[in-house]
Amino acid sequence: MILTQFLVLGAILFSIGIYGLLSRRNAVTVLLAVELMLAAVNINLVAFEAFWNTAAAHGHIFAIFVITIAAAEVGIGLAIILLVFRNRASSNIDELDLMRW
Amino acid sequence: MTFADWIAEPVNWAFLAMAVPLVFAALRVVTSRNVVHAALFLVLTLAASAGLFILLSAEFVAWVLVLVYIGAVIVLFLFGIMITRAPIGRETNLSHDTRWPAALASVAVLAVTLWLIIAVSGEIGGFGEPLPAVGVATATGVLGEGFINRYLIPFEAVGFVLLAALIGGVTLARKDLTPLEEEEGHGV
Repeated sequence: MILTQFLVLGAILFSIGIYGLLSRRNAVTVLLAVELMLAAVNINLVAFEAFWNTAAAHGHIFAIFVITIAAAEVGIGLAIILLVFRNRASSNIDELDLMRW
Repeated sequence: MTFADWIAEPVNWAFLAMAVPLVFAALRVVTSRNVVHAALFLVLTLAASAGLFILLSAEFVAWVLVLVYIGAVIVLFLFGIMITRAPIGRETNLSHDTRWPAALASVAVLAVTLWLIIAVSGEIGGFGEPLPAVGVATATGVLGEGFINRYLIPFEAVGFVLLAALIGGVTLARKDLTPLEEEEGHGV
């Protein structure tokens, strides 16, 4: 296995996440697309750890930090979506135009 | 390393066996017309990436991914879907009608990233060499030492962020009572 194959896979996964982020209307599916992008970043971190082969496994530690922050982000994000849904009876992000001029 | 050399390695077959379902499932996550299916395809994506982590001998990260994502985050997503979308099933309006700008942006990002990979691999070198650490299991003790020595302050900060997210999630999602209702004692 070489490093490039993991980097290319991460790039493909990240751009799929960007596509989902921009094309989805439903807020929950937008969060799913964000998770895809975070997974791509994790693949890159772990692959670079295998490449540099540091004794202290810095890449793995950063991947675990990313996973933790992603879990916190999902919790808060879904709570916000729940609140928006309760107030506006819709979770489509293009209908959230209250703060738009 | 030519493609024939690359494909001759059995470990690359294992890589392809995980990478191809990963990309397929990721595409289904962003194109599926059913929200529940999208969330379940995310499970497949994350399971495949956990398999890749095991290939890269990052066992601890792989199992953390399985526990945190597949165990907890997906359950949270399914709850979120159940609470916010009353009609579960095929939805026609899950995506925007005009999707080509999004596709254009993602292809542009992919092109720039691939160009960066090529440029940086020319700069650093060794991207085409076999990965050195593969096959040697990473001791979990190394990770633990990293967390309590060098990364102690980030570790504590992340713990604080999790606590804040916990409190914030509860505070956001709970129903607020009006002052009159609180006086009548509904708030207890």
